[in-house]
Amino acid sequence: MIWSIAWRNIWRNKIRSLAIIIAVTIGLFGGIIYDAFAVGMMQQRVNAAISNEISNIQIHNPSYLLNEEVKFVIKNQDNIITGIKEIEGVKSVSSRIKVLAMASTAETGAGIMLNGINPENEKQVTKLSEQLVEGDYINAQDRIPIVIGQKLAKKLNARLRSKIVITAANAEGIISYGAFRVTGIYHTENNMFDEINVFVRKSDLSGMLGMNQNDVNEIAITLFDHDQSIPITNILKNKYAGQIKREELTIRPWTEITPSLNAMIEMMDSFSYIFMIIILIALAFGIVNTMLMVVIERIKELGMLKAIGMTSQRIFQMIMLETVFLSIIGGMVGLFLCTIMIKYYGYYGLNLESLKEGYNSMGFSSIVYPHVNLTFYLGTTILVIVTAIIASIYPARKALKLNPAVAIRENN
Amino acid sequence: MGVIKISNLYKIYDESKIPVKAVNGIDLTICQGEFTAIVGPSGSGKTTFLNMVGGLDKPTKGEIKIDNIDIGDLPPRKLIDYRLNNIGFVFQAYNLIPVLTALENVAFIMQLQRKGKKERNKIARELLETVGIGDKLDRRPGDLSGGQQQRVSVARALASKPKFILADEPTANLDSKSTNELLDLMLKMNKELDTTFIFSTHDQRVMDKARRIITIDDGKVTSDVRKNGSK
Repeated sequence: MIWSIAWRNIWRNKIRSLAIIIAVTIGLFGGIIYDAFAVGMMQQRVNAAISNEISNIQIHNPSYLLNEEVKFVIKNQDNIITGIKEIEGVKSVSSRIKVLAMASTAETGAGIMLNGINPENEKQVTKLSEQLVEGDYINAQDRIPIVIGQKLAKKLNARLRSKIVITAANAEGIISYGAFRVTGIYHTENNMFDEINVFVRKSDLSGMLGMNQNDVNEIAITLFDHDQSIPITNILKNKYAGQIKREELTIRPWTEITPSLNAMIEMMDSFSYIFMIIILIALAFGIVNTMLMVVIERIKELGMLKAIGMTSQRIFQMIMLETVFLSIIGGMVGLFLCTIMIKYYGYYGLNLESLKEGYNSMGFSSIVYPHVNLTFYLGTTILVIVTAIIASIYPARKALKLNPAVAIRENN
Repeated sequence: MGVIKISNLYKIYDESKIPVKAVNGIDLTICQGEFTAIVGPSGSGKTTFLNMVGGLDKPTKGEIKIDNIDIGDLPPRKLIDYRLNNIGFVFQAYNLIPVLTALENVAFIMQLQRKGKKERNKIARELLETVGIGDKLDRRPGDLSGGQQQRVSVARALASKPKFILADEPTANLDSKSTNELLDLMLKMNKELDTTFIFSTHDQRVMDKARRIITIDDGKVTSDVRKNGSK
């Protein structure tokens, strides 16, 4: 009957109970939705970075990472690529020549990162071919094709079929020139990437720089499962331990390639926790206040219950149960609303068109697909309920300390 | 059985400042089945006295022995159990649980005694029929009149099969008709069940029905009168 009394008690003052339920609902909803959008945004950023920009794992000559010069090529690259393809979990491999260069049109110039790629292999590794907004992807028939980002095109005032002159230092440090024709313009959600990265055929670039046909500066690997990035990096490190020891190779997962991205994920996680803590503290104060009112309003009744033989533990249990019921209802409503919102926007995406420029400049998509891990869902729900219970301890203890003889004579 | 022996009972408030002797040395014996009214002006110490007899308040000095058990010596947990199983309370403001029906209010005390649901509902129904509101079992206190609520309160007090019932001004909020009905009911219960009733009151109608009238003034018993034919 204690359960029944506690349940009925919470409906004695519907407005007050609804206030707590709404507070719990908003607290839970706010915490989960914030995390869902933060996680969704970061996941999209990570996926975009892996798919469009860096892939899961990269291999370089260690000297190249210190000084990005084309002369620092990967030795035995053909054998290494064959070896990588044998590893389970590897989806595709692409090798690139990468060199810092200058791109010029008749009107202006800009510093760029010139990527010499094998178009067919690159297609398997990055989604460059799917990001074109004008023209076509590099194909075998084109003469000296170049694919540039929309941002760079704007900067250089270049259009399809525009001629771009590339200037870069070759392996001997001698400046080489090459003229390319814009065959495609791409757009990713990372403005910085679009402004810097330019793609040409590897064979054209190696010809321009006087390199061997097989020389590459970078091997990019994509996996079937992003979560396998670190384990497969470790497998590769074991496999090529000799070359690594001789400082011929360095193998890095995406978390090491872009530590800032990883730091951003950790920062977002910290924000989620801080946000959640603030919500929980506010919630706790709300509950303490409301439950204290409940106890004060019912002093006479609680005194009577003590007088007729209800133990302090049972009274404590009753007050706690009332809070638990309220927080469970609030929690369920909050979870329900969160689930609907996350399902809806997880499918259709939340279009933040007005903030697009700002988001894209930081590499984020302006269409956010929220996502929540089940553990966060459950964790937050439990945390909210536990907070409610902890917050009700003080009012419940107040009820325990009542002297029945005095409480019964209270006028309220 | 059910003998209350009160010796040298004191209750002094604010001992460190100006001491107020709410109960100032009472010696009394109340036997099983008595129908007793404690009377006196406001502030005379009636309620304090009843609270101590009911184990709701601790005496400053003296002892209250019920069947040779000094309830002042009982630890808090045992005192709660003692109250639950030996004392029934009827309050001036009825003090029913507003979210429970009449039946549930009466059954609740038996649940605290860990009686089974069937048994407690059966007893509660019988008691409510006895007190004359068998047709309002499912009504909540808010849907009952003051007299009806006090009847439920009496049924609740009787439900635990207590040795005695303490009633603190039970008729103060009732009209004459309800007062008379309630007093007749309590007299009937007193006769049929041999339950001891102790009232605090300054209602003349209660005094008229009481078989023993103990007058308290300034915390002391000033008179103790047994009417003819009483125990």
